[in-house]
Amino acid sequence: MARGGAIKTSDRTRSERRLGWMLCAPAVGAMLLVTAYPIAYALVLSLQELDLRFPDEGGFVGLSNYESVLTSSLWWQDVFNTTFVTVVSVAIELTLGMILALVMYRAIFGRGLVRTAVLIPYGIITVVAAFSWFFAFNPDTGFVNQLPFIADDKAWFGERFSSLAVVIMAEVWKTTPFMGLLLLAGLVTIDDTLNEAAKVDGASAWQRFWKITVPLMKPAILVALLFRTLDAFRIFDSIFIMTGGAQDTESVSILGYNQLIERLNLGLGSAVSVLIFVCVLIIAFIFVKGFGVRMAEGRPGS
Amino acid sequence: MERKGAREYTLWSIGLTVVLFFALMPVLWIVSLSLKTPATITEGSTFWERFIPQDITFDNYTTLFDGGISESPFIAPLINSILIASIATVIAIVLASFAAYAIARLQFPGKALILAGALAIAMFPPISTVGPLFDMWTSLGLYDTYPGLIIPYLTFSLPLAIYTLVAFFREIPWDLEQAAQVDGATPYQAFRKVIIPLAAPGVFTAAILVFIFCWNDFLFAISLTSSDASRTVPAALAFFTGDSQFTQPTGNIAAAAVLVTIPIIIFVLFFQRRIVAGLTAGAVKG
Repeated sequence: MARGGAIKTSDRTRSERRLGWMLCAPAVGAMLLVTAYPIAYALVLSLQELDLRFPDEGGFVGLSNYESVLTSSLWWQDVFNTTFVTVVSVAIELTLGMILALVMYRAIFGRGLVRTAVLIPYGIITVVAAFSWFFAFNPDTGFVNQLPFIADDKAWFGERFSSLAVVIMAEVWKTTPFMGLLLLAGLVTIDDTLNEAAKVDGASAWQRFWKITVPLMKPAILVALLFRTLDAFRIFDSIFIMTGGAQDTESVSILGYNQLIERLNLGLGSAVSVLIFVCVLIIAFIFVKGFGVRMAEGRPGS
Repeated sequence: MERKGAREYTLWSIGLTVVLFFALMPVLWIVSLSLKTPATITEGSTFWERFIPQDITFDNYTTLFDGGISESPFIAPLINSILIASIATVIAIVLASFAAYAIARLQFPGKALILAGALAIAMFPPISTVGPLFDMWTSLGLYDTYPGLIIPYLTFSLPLAIYTLVAFFREIPWDLEQAAQVDGATPYQAFRKVIIPLAAPGVFTAAILVFIFCWNDFLFAISLTSSDASRTVPAALAFFTGDSQFTQPTGNIAAAAVLVTIPIIIFVLFFQRRIVAGLTAGAVKG
């Protein structure tokens, strides 16, 4: 009897397992097909000389594509641009996002209104937002140069850092709401009695923010930072629309696109792709090891 | 006490106004541009003269549709965008629902690995797959076709869909299904009348998020398409040309931009609560 029961449970466990795997298989298959396989394939391509404009030439060339990329000043310029845009925009987003979260948290009225309004930047097509900012800053069509303290003929897209500043601004506008909402979700989990107790003990609002709110929100902040940093590092759409990479404003993703799709140089382009992937791994590694982000615990289903 | 209340009220009103202004300004601006006549688009010496259209015209909208589907630079991409995003959303949601149901309700080894993998894909740089996909799609005949875009879209939106759905599915009181069966419902009835109504809001939320994701994509759209056969609106916008080589298509771009923003605004207006819940579903838990 007892034995029969044991067999029954194990049958059941087994069928539950099988069902679980069967249900997950299509999703896992799709994800592997479009990420794991291509990245492996990119690795193979990156070791070959493969230029679709000259399909007869080529063959295995070892690491020479990587050598070409890593010794070119263009790659390092683009790494600099991408890192610069990422660091500056994420830092601004964190600050503004925190303010936005606090504003929404302390809302007296109109919380729904603010939430609706900030979801529009989140939802809007990045290309559309980029065009809007581009036309706004363009001296011919824009209104920015008509604002006080700005020269009427300032050519924002005529120079590297002013172009990047506009790119950063568009990026900040688009993604601060997401940051704010993530931080708000972390903020509401904080036990208010701690704040009340500190208030009774005479702590100022500033002290309470730094000594209670920020430490308790650290996990939420780090997860939000990691996601936004990796997201910002892939920046492509706004730069493509605003400058197309002119004035030395290329990002690494634009470089990859130019090599792969514009020049059809799959070998060199794949080397760039693999290097971008490695950069992303390094960033994730720094966050996980350096800051101790435990993403699995921060996400549902851990 | 009353004075403090009044002060807070004022501060909050100012904060609210500032947030609303910055959030909506680029949208209002693109609407304004889309209503300007070509002659006035570069005119105006003050901020307001530039920000508010002086002569209103709808020509920028009507010319988008000139010449019907074969001539218009906008109609075909719009249809492509709608169909590709919708099909990708449906497939992604079906696949993600299976996986999320299994993860939320069943015990099986490899569950943590699947979630970790999905998380890794959420952080994966899409540019790294563009080259291989371009090469693979060319040899498989998927380049510049609907499936050629649907496949990467559904894959890259799966992590978002799975995480959102797992978070929602964990909240469902599944016991109700058995309770209904005890009360005499057939398993199908129990599923149909009890579980589906409970799961629908989560599934719907995930679908909105996935649709926004697919609607938004630009990188795959310009890399894996070459013609109106499958080019979506964001990609088409980047390649818009004026009526002649001397006219800038600014007005047309703005009008097209406004039209593709309308669905997003509708989603946001009607489902803001759901979208926020979906975006933050378990995303940050202490």
